Amino acid sequence: MSLADLSISDAAKKLDSKEISAVELAQDVLENIEKKNSSINAYVEVFDDLFLEAQKADERRKEGERGDLLGIPLAIKDNILIEGKRVSAASKILEGYEASYDATVINKLKKVGALFTGRANMDEFAMGGSTEHSAYGITRNPHDEGRVPGGSSGGSAAAVAMGGALGALGSDTGGSVRQPASFCGLVGLKPTYGSVSRYGLIAMGSSLDQIGPIAKTVSDVEILHRAISGEDASDSTSTPEALRVLKSLPERPVIGIPRSFLSAEGGGIDSNVLKNFEESISRFKDLGYEVRDIELPNVHHALSAYYIIMPAEASSNLARFDGVRYGLHQKGDDLLSDYLRTRGEGFGEEVRRRILLGTYVLSAGYYDAYYNKAVAVRRLIGDDFARAFSEVHFVLTPTTPTPAFRIGEKSKDPLTMYLEDIFTIPANITGLPALSVPSGFAEVDGKRLPLGVQLTAPAHAEHWLFGAGKRFLSEHA
Amino acid sequence: MIEVETIKKLAALARIAVSPKEEEKLRGDIEAILAYVSEIQKAGTATPRSSEGFVNVMRSDVDPYPPGIFRETLLKALPERQGDYAVVKKIIAQ
Repeated sequence: MSLADLSISDAAKKLDSKEISAVELAQDVLENIEKKNSSINAYVEVFDDLFLEAQKADERRKEGERGDLLGIPLAIKDNILIEGKRVSAASKILEGYEASYDATVINKLKKVGALFTGRANMDEFAMGGSTEHSAYGITRNPHDEGRVPGGSSGGSAAAVAMGGALGALGSDTGGSVRQPASFCGLVGLKPTYGSVSRYGLIAMGSSLDQIGPIAKTVSDVEILHRAISGEDASDSTSTPEALRVLKSLPERPVIGIPRSFLSAEGGGIDSNVLKNFEESISRFKDLGYEVRDIELPNVHHALSAYYIIMPAEASSNLARFDGVRYGLHQKGDDLLSDYLRTRGEGFGEEVRRRILLGTYVLSAGYYDAYYNKAVAVRRLIGDDFARAFSEVHFVLTPTTPTPAFRIGEKSKDPLTMYLEDIFTIPANITGLPALSVPSGFAEVDGKRLPLGVQLTAPAHAEHWLFGAGKRFLSEHA
Repeated sequence: MIEVETIKKLAALARIAVSPKEEEKLRGDIEAILAYVSEIQKAGTATPRSSEGFVNVMRSDVDPYPPGIFRETLLKALPERQGDYAVVKKIIAQ
C-alpha cells in the first residue's frame, strides 16, 4: 500500500508514533504524481522543495512538536498565494507572476507544518465546473479519464483522488469545492461565508468566494477547516470570533428535504442520482435522523441570481488585470490598445464571456432589472433558509444533478454547464456552510462514477456538518 | 434580443479586444444566458429588511507601515519598469 492512500488523521498518527516519516510520505506522494500526473494533469506545477520541507517537518517532530498537519502534503489551488511561488489562476494573463505574499490560509498551514505539493489546476479564475477552461490544459477524473473531475477546483480533487496529495485546498464560489469532491468520490466543504479569510485568494465573486478543503474523510476535512478558519483583520468580511455562535445539536436531529426544488424543471436530475439520493435518505433515517419535507419557495431563483451577481462582481474584480501591474503585457499602438490586447489575449473564452455579462448587468438601464433584482432575490432565499432552519437542522440535496460528465460534453454550451451548479449555488447565495459527502456510485458504461450528497446547515454550524457526515460515512471521530 | 453592436460596446467598456467572429458567438451565448436569468423577474419583491448583522468594517488609521517597505516587492511584479516607475504609453494624444 502506498502511504499516499492514508487519510490525514491516520498518517498523522503514524508520523507521531514514528512508524513513518514525512520524507517517506512525501516520496510516495511524489511517486504517484510522477506516475499519474502526465495523464490526469491535476498539477500545473509540482514544487521542487517538497523533500526539503518534509525533512524540516521530521526535524520539528523530532524536537517534540506534534500536530495533525505537521508533514502532511497538500495540493493548493492555483488561485491561492504562496509567497515566492508562481500563481496564475490557470490564466495566461498572470503568466510569470510570482506571489508577493502568503494568503492567510497558507500562513496558518505553514505554522502548523503542512507541506505544499504544488499548484492544482483549475478552471481559469475559478470560472467553470469541469476544469476544461484552464490555460494549462484539461484535468481528467482519476475514476474515468474520459470524464471531467468537476470544477473549478478539479485539480485539487483529482490530486487527492490520484494519491498525489493527502488533502487539498480549493475555493468555492458556486460549488467549486463540493462538485469536484463529489465527482471524485471525496469530501468537500464550503465553509460559512466569513469563516475562512479570503486574504490572498485571487477574487472572483467577493460576496460568494470561500476557501474550502477537499479530502478523503470528513475527519480530514474537519482538521483542514480548523487549521484555516478564524477571524482575520486582513479580510474585512471575516466574521468576528464572538459572532461564531456554536450551538449543540439535539439527540435526534431533523433533516429537511426540499422536494419541490428537486422535482423542479431545469434540474434534469439523472436517475442514478435520484435513486442514490433516496438511499441516502434511508441511511440517515436508519442512523436515527428524522427526515421531513420542507419548502424553500424562492430557491429555484438561486441560479439566476447567481449568474447575475457573480459576473457583476467578477467583471469588477478582474478590472485590475491591465497588463501594467503584473503578468502578461501585450503591446498595441497606444495605451488603450495595450489594455484591449492584453485582456483580449490574456483572458480565456469563459472569462471574457462572464466579464461582458457582468458589464451588461451593471450598465445603466439594466442595473435595476438585473443586479438590484438579484440582490433582492438573494435576500428572499436567505429568508427561506432561515425559516427552514427554525424547523430542521440540515437541508439535504444531491450535490450535483449528474455524475461526472464526459470531457467536451458540456463545454460547448455555457448554460448547460451552469445548470450543473443548481444544488450547490444556494449555499453561496446565502453564505451558509455546506458539506458534500460520498454516497455511492453510478454504474455508467462499465465505470463506477462517484456520487455525493450535500448537507447544508445554519451559519457557523460546520461542527454539525462534520458530526452528521462522520455518522453517514461510519467514521469514528 | 442582444445585438452585435451591444457586444461591441460591452467589449469596449470592459477593455477586451474581441474578434468579429467571436462577437457573434458571444452575442448568442449572452442572449441565451440573459434569457435564462430573466426568469428572476418573476420572483416576488423582498420585504425591506434592516441591515442587521451587517456592520461597516473600517481599519483604524494608525500605525502606518514605514514608507517604501513593500515598494520593491510590488515593483518586481511589473511587466515593464524603469527604476521605481511602471512604464505605460503616453495618455494624452497630440
